[in-house]
Amino acid sequence: MAKILTRMGDNSNVEFTIDELRQEFIDGSEFAAKKAKVPPLTENEIDWLVDVFAAPTRIWGVERGHEVVMTKDGCVNALNSSQISSGVVAPVNREVGVRLFESMLGFDSMEVSHNDYSVKPQRFLKKLEMLHVEILQETTIFPLLYGFMPNLGLYFKTDGPFDNPYDLMQQGQIKESQETQEAAGAKCLEDCIEMSDCMVEMGADGIDYDTVASTGDGEFAAVLKSTEHVAKETGMPVEIGMSTEMVTGIHGSVEYNGKRLAGMWPHQQLQVCEEAGVSIFGPVSTTSTKKSTPWNLGKALVFVKSCTDIAKVPIHPNVGMGVGGVPMFETPAVDVVTRCSAAMIEIGKADGL
Amino acid sequence: MQLSKKMRIDEAKKYVADKLHVTPLDLSDPCIMRLLREELDIGTITGVPGVAKGIAAKARIAQLLDIEINCVEQFKKKTGLHY
Repeated sequence: MAKILTRMGDNSNVEFTIDELRQEFIDGSEFAAKKAKVPPLTENEIDWLVDVFAAPTRIWGVERGHEVVMTKDGCVNALNSSQISSGVVAPVNREVGVRLFESMLGFDSMEVSHNDYSVKPQRFLKKLEMLHVEILQETTIFPLLYGFMPNLGLYFKTDGPFDNPYDLMQQGQIKESQETQEAAGAKCLEDCIEMSDCMVEMGADGIDYDTVASTGDGEFAAVLKSTEHVAKETGMPVEIGMSTEMVTGIHGSVEYNGKRLAGMWPHQQLQVCEEAGVSIFGPVSTTSTKKSTPWNLGKALVFVKSCTDIAKVPIHPNVGMGVGGVPMFETPAVDVVTRCSAAMIEIGKADGL
Repeated sequence: MQLSKKMRIDEAKKYVADKLHVTPLDLSDPCIMRLLREELDIGTITGVPGVAKGIAAKARIAQLLDIEINCVEQFKKKTGLHY
């Protein structure tokens, strides 16, 4: 029987028979459905995915008329940063890079941010960040968001001033661990608000909180409160891109509007983000390098569909290196990147990527 | 439209297409949009002398789509221009 060539989650080649390929999609879909207690992919959706992955063409795309818009994180890191951001270390500054993304690479929008992408270091560069947003708004046409990762982890020792909750937990000091997360969360919230508010006068079209809840439920709570402030007090749109599919309960008891944040899956995260006033929500499904791309894509599509089925706001799933079914590799192969992207739109019903 | 009005993709495309008097399918057709963008003077991908660029193009887009664009509003405040 003819074999179908596709990829593993680490980008390496793997071959499946048509029946094996179908089973990979089913297994990934059922894994996600069971975890998040949401419906798996339907038979017809699996059929579509099998046809797309069985086609021998190098790339894939959406039907004409089904095109969506893209939002972006990490500014021009792919141009002037290094390996960790799939960057090619091009001698290009941020202003030139953003112009290139607009006109040469055809992006629909762009996020302005610093190479050191967390709010804590960016706060020290506040004036510079403001100036670059202000100047870029005069020379570009597409929407420009200002963005950063809240990255609560940087507020804990040894990187920051607050006691490290992981060390405290290891010593059995659960209450103290929760208290230090609450204190650090309050400082992180203050920084998020300061860096968001200052961009209103610079003419930013929105704020992008990226890789949200990477330090768990305490960080997610800070972002929701900051979103509530920015959306309701300034009227500036907010996009929230998550860091993984389930909010880790590092604190365990943090709530937003009476809902416990720990253990939330994408469709539950969406609901609290909507309550906070978010304009665009970006669910994440992280890629397992030990599983195939079809397995990872089946899993990701279930999470995305669980959001698009109920969303009141646009959904832009994260589809890049190590997320949204795409392999965890610095230059993921175009054959699976294009298939994952197309599937997110045609099956996941995404409003953007 | 997604950012400021929280419109999902189909609604957003229809809104823009109606304002520009084209179909949603036309919005992703480079042949149609290239000519239309120049005619409406809302900026082009390639460099064309005299066609609106940057903040000028955004000011025209805001009028065409009947929306407020933050940087255009800030520009009006700074320059004292009102239209």
